[in-house]
Order: sequence, then structure tokens, then C-alpha cells
Amino acid sequence: MTLVAEEVRIDVPVSGTPRRGVLTRLVGRLGNGVVQVVLALVAVFWLVPVFGLLIASLRDESANTASGWWTIFTKPAELTLANYAELVSNHAVWQSFLNTFYIAVPATVLVVVMASLASYALAWIEFPGRETLTVVVVGLLVMPIQVALIPVAKLFGALGLFGTITGVVLFHVAFGLPFAIFLLRNFFAGIPRDLIEAARMDGSTEWVIFKRVILPVAKPAIASLTIFQFLWVWNDLLVALVFADQDSAPITVALRAQLRQFGTNIDMLSTGAFLSMIVPLAVFLVFQKYFVQGVLAGSTK
Amino acid sequence: MRLRSPNVDAAPGRSPRQAIPFLLPALVVLAALVLYPLVFSLIRSFFDASGDEFVGVDNYVDTFTDSRTLTAFRNNVIWVVVAPAAVTGIGLVLAVLTERIRWATAFRLVLFMPMAISLFASGIIFRLVYEQSPDQGVVNAVVVGVHDVFSPASKYPNARPRDGYAATDAGYAGIRPAKAGDTITLPLIGYPPQDLPPQALPASPPAAGTEELRGVIWLDVSVGGKAGTVDPTERGMPGIAVEAVRDGQVVARTTTGDDGRFTFPDLGTADVTVRLPEDNFTLPFRGLTWLGASLITPVIISSWIWIMTGFAITFIAAGLSAIPRDALEAARVDGATEWQVFQRVTVPLLSPVLLVVFVTLVINVLKIFELVFVIAPGSVQSEANVLALQMWQVSFGTGGDQGAGSALAVILFLLVAPAMLFNIRRFRRERS
Repeated sequence: MTLVAEEVRIDVPVSGTPRRGVLTRLVGRLGNGVVQVVLALVAVFWLVPVFGLLIASLRDESANTASGWWTIFTKPAELTLANYAELVSNHAVWQSFLNTFYIAVPATVLVVVMASLASYALAWIEFPGRETLTVVVVGLLVMPIQVALIPVAKLFGALGLFGTITGVVLFHVAFGLPFAIFLLRNFFAGIPRDLIEAARMDGSTEWVIFKRVILPVAKPAIASLTIFQFLWVWNDLLVALVFADQDSAPITVALRAQLRQFGTNIDMLSTGAFLSMIVPLAVFLVFQKYFVQGVLAGSTK
Repeated sequence: MRLRSPNVDAAPGRSPRQAIPFLLPALVVLAALVLYPLVFSLIRSFFDASGDEFVGVDNYVDTFTDSRTLTAFRNNVIWVVVAPAAVTGIGLVLAVLTERIRWATAFRLVLFMPMAISLFASGIIFRLVYEQSPDQGVVNAVVVGVHDVFSPASKYPNARPRDGYAATDAGYAGIRPAKAGDTITLPLIGYPPQDLPPQALPASPPAAGTEELRGVIWLDVSVGGKAGTVDPTERGMPGIAVEAVRDGQVVARTTTGDDGRFTFPDLGTADVTVRLPEDNFTLPFRGLTWLGASLITPVIISSWIWIMTGFAITFIAAGLSAIPRDALEAARVDGATEWQVFQRVTVPLLSPVLLVVFVTLVINVLKIFELVFVIAPGSVQSEANVLALQMWQVSFGTGGDQGAGSALAVILFLLVAPAMLFNIRRFRRERS
């Protein structure tokens, strides 16, 4: 269909439609130039705030208090990595940076494993209530986490999980599952029926079918889910704010205390914020295709 | 579709029991940490702060009468009305425009980038962008820069005459009249001596001239000298505008020299009033208080637009690529302008996609928490409050009332419930 459309587009000027004169084409070309400029400006507009934060993180406290980050263009000598050195040597901050991994990695692995298993059952094993269960999962997609904060805090308190990394991970797993199941079930359901039936004819168990047939085919969907879930947990503030204590806090919670004196803490806050952004930005740039797909599928969250 | 037809028949002997080990881990977690809490919150919302006493709907009544919560409601309404529509609109326009450039992928990548970083980091980014001081916040730096081009900053902000002059709307006016032949010594105070321009010369009173009104304006540093007299170390203040006023009309204007002296020639014989115009001394413009009570919500919404626009563009662009090119070309061949094509063909064909984007953004907006938490300084947080933040504050922050917190959680749940139904309906329709 695309090819046909291309042909039509080429044909139009040649056939000499009287409405498309030289002037129209000139305006069209000028218009395109304007579009280019406008979009370039929009892109710059989007980059400036992040660039400002980066520069602020590379200037020391006195420089940040005395003048704005944009003065760096006249005084490039002010650039320094001292803030990063200081932050990394600060035990509490470094610990919180590691905690972010300790929370995000298991929360991602558990969600991917549990959701793959459940999605297989929902997509390919017939059982009573399958339809209802699927609809419940779809309903849970938009569940606000606020609904669970108080009860789960009580529950974790009783189980001794409050203030631990395990508790934070479990909560993330619970609220990551609906989307994960939704995404994978849709993908699994689209796998050709013949593949699964052929395996069943051969007498393979469900477990073998899941492992040998489904998982290899579903790699792209699992990759999207993994990246989406990892960044979702990595970027969390609210869950950790409620369930983590000082020792298990991720970097967002650890930096939060600095917010009170923003004007004088710009050096530390911008450095900390940028440190917390390095991992997501790297993941985003390397796996952008999977991440964008994950976000488009999971935007309802 | 395929799913509906039972696929167990294909292999006899399959039993539903085989689903159990696959489903169990996820179901246990969902039941314990999502479904049970939902029921618990609902029940908990009818009990008091300690959880011991049943109070009926009191928590809900309190919620709808508490001024902080009402502010949060009001802000949520503003958010829902303004933000999703703005992002959908901007996203639609940019998505259509990106179809006309070669670097569309790079453009979308740049605008999508904020989706990857945390709302906390985005909050810090925008706290810095909107910081009050024009020496820290880039927005105020630009605002001040533009402002100062049109009305330049005054030379001596906050400086004022020591005495003998009355503050009026037009500036400082001399209390006693003056006339040609007089010599005026006009000491100013309230300005740091180290900030005087480098060309300022030591001041001295001029000799009286018969036809002229002469005077000197200098910075009267009382330390180490006598107040009201020109001491040898004191310097004149160059560039101050001086006016001679007669019957309410300015009859002459002049400016002080480097030694602070000024002269009015040809004033005639009648009395005049010497006046120092206001704009010598106005405080420099420091930009707007973006993070103050009145602008805080629009400021936070702007940061959210920065974050979500990339999502809207990418989603809408995916929808655009599914529109049959023939439809657009047919309209163009019929002589429709690009605007008409956009309005009459593109938008109607895209409307299902636009609805999904819009609903998604509304859900996102209802749950907004981190941005308000980070961008609004503590003192204006009550003004920028939203339900999700209020719920956290009431339950875990300063409030400590989990009964009221549960009521807020239930309200939040009810607000997203229509979106839940929307999703379920869409899901069912796509499958049948």
C-alpha cells in the first residue's frame, strides 16, 4: 500500500493539476523550512533543562550560588568532577545508589518470571474462570498504589518486612504484575496455535512447551517488559518513601532530605539527580526500541 | 478470536489443574498485596485514626470539608482539565509535523527521553529551571534579560536622600524651594560605596553661580565623616537624573557628572523644586516568583507537559502511520489545503488513538505525586497540593490519620474506576 501511495504522490505534479502551481510548491518548500526550524527549536527547548542540570552538577557550590549554569560558556574553567567525587565518597548516598539496584533487579526478575508463567496459563491453558481472571488483570492495570499503602504497611509490619528491601521489592512486584501479565498474555496469545499444538501432540508437558516454544518466541516482548519494569522500579519515589527505612532507601529517597534548602544545595541535588539518571539514560539509549514499545503498551499504568 | 475456542481438546488428557503451578505465584502476590489491601482500605476508611472505632462516613465528610483536601481537589480538577488536553494537542501537532522531516526518529528520541528518567529527577530539573534567583533559574534569567532591554535597571537601587526631600510618586522632591544662584548639597545614603561606578570622583560643593542653580549629589558615608557634609574621602554619584520643577511642570533636566555635580543654567528667577526622579533608585527587576503560591500549579503542569509530550507524539505517530495514505492523497488531489486535510481527514481517522492517549494521560494526572512533592517548596506545598500527595501526607507525613488516608485512597480509586471500565471494554472489543 505504501508503494501505491508513493506513486500517486509522484504522479500528481506531473499530470499538471492546475491548482499546484510554482507558487504553491514554493510555499510548500518554505513551509517545510519553517517546520524544520520550529521542530529544531522544540528539540532544543526539551534539551536545555537537562543540559542545565548536567552543567550545574559539574560546578561547585560557590559557583552555583554566585551565577547561573549558562555562564559556563564564558568560564569553562569552572567545570569540575568534585561534586561526583564527594557524592560517591559519601557512604549514605553510595549505599542508596546500590540499594536502587538491590531493589530494581529482583523486582524486575520476579515480575518477569511470575508474569510469564501466569500469562502462559491465561493464554494457552483452558481452565474455569480464565476469562474473568484476564478481565480482573486488565482492571488492575490502573489501580492506584495509594489504595494499598496503608494495608500493606500494616501487613509488612506484622511480618517484619517493613523498612526492608524485601518489602519494597514485594510491593513493586505486586503492582508490576498486572501490566506485565497484560503485555505478555497479549503477546503469547498471538503466537501461532500450530506451534503449541504440535508440541502437545508430541506429548510435551505444559512446562516444556512454555520453556521450549513460548519463551524463545517471546523474547522481544520479554525484553520490553524487563526494561520497562526495571526503569519503573528504578525511578520510584513513593513506594520506597513509605516502605524503606534509612538503610534500605534508594537514591531518590536519600536525596529527598536535601530538598529543603534547594538554593544552597544545587550542587549536591543536581549531582545526585544526575547520578540517578545515568542508569535510565543509558538503558534508554541502548534499548530505546524495546523501551518505547514497553511504554506504549504499558502507558495505562 | 483463537483464544476463545478451547485449545485443550487438541491434546486429550490436559486438565485445568495444570494451570495451577503457572498461576499460583502471581495470584498469591496479587491477592495478598493488591486485592486484599483494596478491601482493607475500603473497610478501614470507615474507622477513626486509631482504627478502633467505627465512625461511618465521617472520614469522607471530613475529607470534603477540610480546606487542604479541597485545595487538592481543586488542583486535581485544574490538572485534569488542562494538562491531558494540552499534551494530546501538542503531541498531535508535533506528530503530524514530524512526518515532514527526515530526522523524525531523532526528534522523537529527544522528546521521549524525559519518560526514561524519574519524576523525582525531572522535578529537580524544573525546580532549577524555575528557581527564583535570576542567577540560578534560567527562566527568570531570560525574563529579567528581556525586561531590562525594554526598561533598563536603575543605577542606584534603594539609594535615598538623607533628609530635606519628600518621597513622591515621581521621585524625591526637595522640601525647600531653590532658585538660580543657590548651591544645593544633596547627600544620598543607603547605597554600598564599593558599588559606586569606577569613574566616580571625589565630591566637593561647587561655587555659587549667579545665573545658575548648582549642586552636588554624593554618597554620604557617615562612617569616618560628618553626616550631611562632603568629607574628603566621599565621592560624587555620576549619572543621576535631576529635574527642576515649577508649578508641577518639569522646566529643566540634567544629569550629574563624575564628581556628582549638576548645573541648571537659565532657570529664570522664580523658585523651583529640585527633584530626583524615581527611576534613579528603583530596585532591579528580579523576575517572577514561579515557585510562589499563585504560579506553582501552572509551573508543575509545564514540567509534566515536558515529560509526557514525547509519549503522546510517539503514540500518535504510531496511529498516523496506520492511516491509509490514499485517504490523505485523495483529499490533496481534490485541492484540499494541508490544514483542511489535517482537520477533515487526519484528526477524524485518528480519533480512537487520540482518545486512548487522552484517557491514559488523565489516569497519569490523577496519580500525580512526585512532581508536586519535589517542585513545590515546603511553604507552598499546601497550595500546590493534589490528592495523591494529600493521601501520603495524611497517612504517613505529618497527619498520621490512616482512617482519613484510607478514605482518600478510596476516593482516588473511585476516580480512576471509569478508566478501569474503559480499559476492560476496550480489551473486550479488541478480542471479539
